[in-house]
Amino acid sequence: MSDTERRRGKVGYLLLLPAVLWLGLFFVVPFYSLLATSLFDQSGSDFRGYEMDYAFGNYVDVLRDYWQPLVRSLLYGAIATAICLVLGYVLAYAIAFKAGRWKNLMLVLVIAPFFTSFLIRTLSWKLILSDDGFIVNVLQAVHLLGDDGRLLATPVAVVAGLTYNFLPFMVLPLFASIDKIDHRLIEASGDLYAHPVVGFFKVTWPLSLPGVVSGTLLTFIPAVGDYINAQLLGSTNQRVIGSVIESQFTDANNYPVAAALSMVLMALIVVMVLVYVRRAGTEELL
Amino acid sequence: MSLLAEAPDQVADDTPYDGLRLRSVTKAFASFTAVDGLDLDVPRGSFFALLGPSGCGKTTTLRMVAGLETPTSGSITLAGQDITYAKPYRRPVNTVFQSYALFPHLDIFENVAFGLRRRRSADVKTQVHEMLELVELTSQARKKPAQLSGGQQQRVALARALINKPEVLLLDEPLGALDLKLRRSMQIEIKRIQTEVGLTFVHVTHDQEEAMTMADTVAVMNKGLIEQMGAPAELYENPRSTFVANFLGQSNLIEGAVLSRSADVTTVDMQGISVSVPTGRTHTDDAAGWVGIRPEKVLIGEEGEALDAPGNTIPGGVVSDVSFVGVSTQYLVRMPWGQELQVFEQNTGRRRRFAPGERVELSWRPEYAFLLDRSQDAGAGAVAGVLA
Ligand SMILES: Nc1ncnc2c1ncn2[C@@H]1O[C@H](COP(=O)(O)OP(=O)(O)O)[C@@H](O)[C@H]1O
Ligand SMILES: [Mg+2]
Repeated sequence: MSDTERRRGKVGYLLLLPAVLWLGLFFVVPFYSLLATSLFDQSGSDFRGYEMDYAFGNYVDVLRDYWQPLVRSLLYGAIATAICLVLGYVLAYAIAFKAGRWKNLMLVLVIAPFFTSFLIRTLSWKLILSDDGFIVNVLQAVHLLGDDGRLLATPVAVVAGLTYNFLPFMVLPLFASIDKIDHRLIEASGDLYAHPVVGFFKVTWPLSLPGVVSGTLLTFIPAVGDYINAQLLGSTNQRVIGSVIESQFTDANNYPVAAALSMVLMALIVVMVLVYVRRAGTEELL
Repeated sequence: MSLLAEAPDQVADDTPYDGLRLRSVTKAFASFTAVDGLDLDVPRGSFFALLGPSGCGKTTTLRMVAGLETPTSGSITLAGQDITYAKPYRRPVNTVFQSYALFPHLDIFENVAFGLRRRRSADVKTQVHEMLELVELTSQARKKPAQLSGGQQQRVALARALINKPEVLLLDEPLGALDLKLRRSMQIEIKRIQTEVGLTFVHVTHDQEEAMTMADTVAVMNKGLIEQMGAPAELYENPRSTFVANFLGQSNLIEGAVLSRSADVTTVDMQGISVSVPTGRTHTDDAAGWVGIRPEKVLIGEEGEALDAPGNTIPGGVVSDVSFVGVSTQYLVRMPWGQELQVFEQNTGRRRRFAPGERVELSWRPEYAFLLDRSQDAGAGAVAGVLA
């Protein structure tokens, strides 16, 4: 008995090996290198090489110089995630409970945009929101937008792009959660004097929380780090943190600053996710 | 003229009935009529069983009473109020669902408290604790449904519905998922609770023994219609259709032709033997019918033996099968006309047990026989295998 147990243990470790190797090679090592780079002396360069001098001041510098793009990124990400949650929940609910035999087709349609490249899709938003495009014209006609008002190169366009691009990441986990809910539970809540709206908040919503948590994480984390939407749809003087990091790495060639920014962003996201999962997990999850 | 003729009916309809009343309720799904013009009266405070085979429309009927399904036509009234189209959350009706449908994210206490909280009832805590005491689950209050056994979940479902003190409590095969022993004890338990709280219970089941042991009134349902309704003993002793005769216990049904009808007895030529059936137990006006007799009412004896049953004696049987089941012995006896009849004899020890191949005589008291419509299927409602 203990023999089979030991063998099972060995097999378990063997099965883990590829993942451990992969993560070690492509996560732990780069992470360590990034952490080290963030503490290099800023006066060095790619050309001359860097010196490790535990320059914690790098962090002070980046927070002082780039707190605005950092806050902007978190804000864009949060707003886009919130809009995705509302749109995605309604969509996922409709697909799970009301689509009947069209369920599978609608799910395919949700992921259909992935058949086109991310760049192309974002570029087409440039057309949709362009200054003489339909949407701007309509908004101008109803005076929601001034005569020379525009959408392109504004935060609205960036958030719209983010919302559009990350919506499927919200819908799919939400659908998986809502689809699993036993419809008889909703009937039972009605039988026990719950108005359908009350029944939704007391039964459907809490039971769909696992999907809400994974959907918001899958949307928020990449949305905060994304800079394609900001570069293509936003204004050049409202940069997001991803753009800053990219330009520090490529144009300015300031590796320590770029690395320190990346570390700050990562730390912020990890802390926010932990707090969020904690709250959602202890209060309502099964 | 016609107004006058209708007047008595009109008066009867206007007296508000204080129980649950269904009138010509029909539910047609796209391709299938599940309930077909159903009439039902459930007296207030009674334990009422809706008994029928799987698929006969029991759940659909309950769902219409609960408001989870809208009747295609007909009306449902409760204590004189029309609730046919009332929203489920506005009806004083609660359901114990076939699958329990407990809320998995709420603990037992909150499951039971759900209905009270929705109606902003005062004193939720006391009421829930009283209810948990009634179903003996006080110690489980803070557990989640998944941590409970099937029998305990069943009791939570009962408590969650019962705590709202509904006008009518609907139970949809509440014991179907439990093993036999637990089912028997829960039957007694539910019956005890009903007596204690005095609410109207409508209990749906396909188990005839369950219906008969628990209910004051049983309605036998078949193919979307009520076949017969009454006290369990009345249904069992005097079935009006072959379906009821076979579904509630077992029956021997023998083809016969009516010879004469008098005020209190119908005489039937049953395969050449003249037998009599009381008029009150004659349920056909046709010239032919099924003579019915319960197996335990049939006496078995030696050829020519004078059995205690003046009247109907049928000679010429041959024992074809004997099964000893402890409290009784069950015989199959092949009759001269080729049919095999069932005979159950109590093992009192006072009578000899017959062996297969022995020639015997059967007999029964006329007051136990009944006569059914010949056009009905003699096999209707029979549990597969029992009569084979
Ligand atoms: N929503 C529905 N759509 C179509 N047919 C249904 C639906 N619900 C029930 N039925 C059919 O109606 C019949 C009666 O069902 P049900 O009331 O559940 O029977 P029971 O509870 O007596 O087993 C069954 O044949 C079932 O297939
Ligand atoms: Mg059913």
